[in-house]
Amino acid sequence: MGKRGIETLVGVFVLLGMLGLVFLALQAANLGAVTGGDTYRVSARFENIGGLKVRAPVRSAGVLVGRVSTIALDPQTFQGVVTLDIDRRFQFPKDSAAKILTSGLLGDQYIGLEPGGDDANLAPGDTIAQTQSAVVLENLIGQFLTGRADAAGSGGGGGSGQ
Amino acid sequence: MNAIARLGAIALEQFRGWGHAAFFFLELLRAVPASLRRFGLVVAQIHAIGNRSLVIILASGLAVGFVLALQMYYALVTYGAAESLGLIVNLALVRELSPVVTALLFAGRAGTSLTAEIGLMKAGEQLAAMELMAVDPKSRVLAPRLVGGIVSMPILCVLFSAIGILGAWVVAVMLIGVDAGNFWSIMQTQVDVWRDVGNGLVKAAVFGVICTVVALYQGYETEATPEGVAYATTRTVVISSLWILGMDFVLTAMMFSTP
Repeated sequence: MGKRGIETLVGVFVLLGMLGLVFLALQAANLGAVTGGDTYRVSARFENIGGLKVRAPVRSAGVLVGRVSTIALDPQTFQGVVTLDIDRRFQFPKDSAAKILTSGLLGDQYIGLEPGGDDANLAPGDTIAQTQSAVVLENLIGQFLTGRADAAGSGGGGGSGQ
Repeated sequence: MNAIARLGAIALEQFRGWGHAAFFFLELLRAVPASLRRFGLVVAQIHAIGNRSLVIILASGLAVGFVLALQMYYALVTYGAAESLGLIVNLALVRELSPVVTALLFAGRAGTSLTAEIGLMKAGEQLAAMELMAVDPKSRVLAPRLVGGIVSMPILCVLFSAIGILGAWVVAVMLIGVDAGNFWSIMQTQVDVWRDVGNGLVKAAVFGVICTVVALYQGYETEATPEGVAYATTRTVVISSLWILGMDFVLTAMMFSTP
């Protein structure tokens, strides 16, 4: 095989590697799915963000409209401050509500945006006023158990009184 | 007293070996720029090291993808999470399996041939002849092979991941009937290009350096006899493999300790 042939084969090899990398980046990782470039940033305050992570999706009606960019704790109010990068193509009314939801029973947490009815839209830097914190399973179970105990206690008391 | 002297002698011998290998590595690095000026040699080595390892890497990647997808499906379907199969296969391949398995295969496929080649060159006194002609064998023979190994290894690793994921897609989506949209979209939301794919490539590059340097060192320092070359070839595989597995743990701890 001549020098030219070897060079061609090496060229094919390197090209294959690049194609593989493009495949990994676009099809099998998040580079293709990121809402690219034009975004605006709004923030929301939550009592409890649960297991929300940076880069978690922001969805409206289940459709990806942005991503969580930063998560911080407000040292005065002790609330979690979450900033969201939302695609410029999607404008939401000022009184929209942000909820922390879970995809599936055990899935990752994401932010669901529910549009309100205001005429004015959210501007960059605005804070979403209406929020609903993450549901923490332990608290839920705790409430359920104490609820059951209360119900059993009052039910039992009523029964003995009559 | 004798035993303590023996222990001391063994320790000193070990340190001498390590120092020797470290200096060999530094001299090799110093010879790299000179070898890049004669790029034809490097291209020929990428062909010998990279292209010729392609078939074994692609075949192994496909097999690993098939088997991982099948096993994960059986485990995940009990929890109704069969659609996360693509994500698990992807992360397992990109973060760990591709760099490590590619490097182990690379040590067996390319490292051994490098050691045998250099060892026989030394046994045939070709390296000594080059030195007599005032040609530095490190920059003429060894450095192009080092560059070839460092270039080839990440490419092979990427191809291993890509073909493994395609293999998982074939098994999960085409044969079992997992939903194709979820298969890809769960991957796309959870796999990060820099943290996962990027770190996998860094690992592959580090393993490429380790494999090639170990192979070249063993070949260069071999005893110039048939048994010596055979022994050096075996040692190349053993030492490279242990280094790869050890370094993989260190790199993983450094890269993925913070979520």
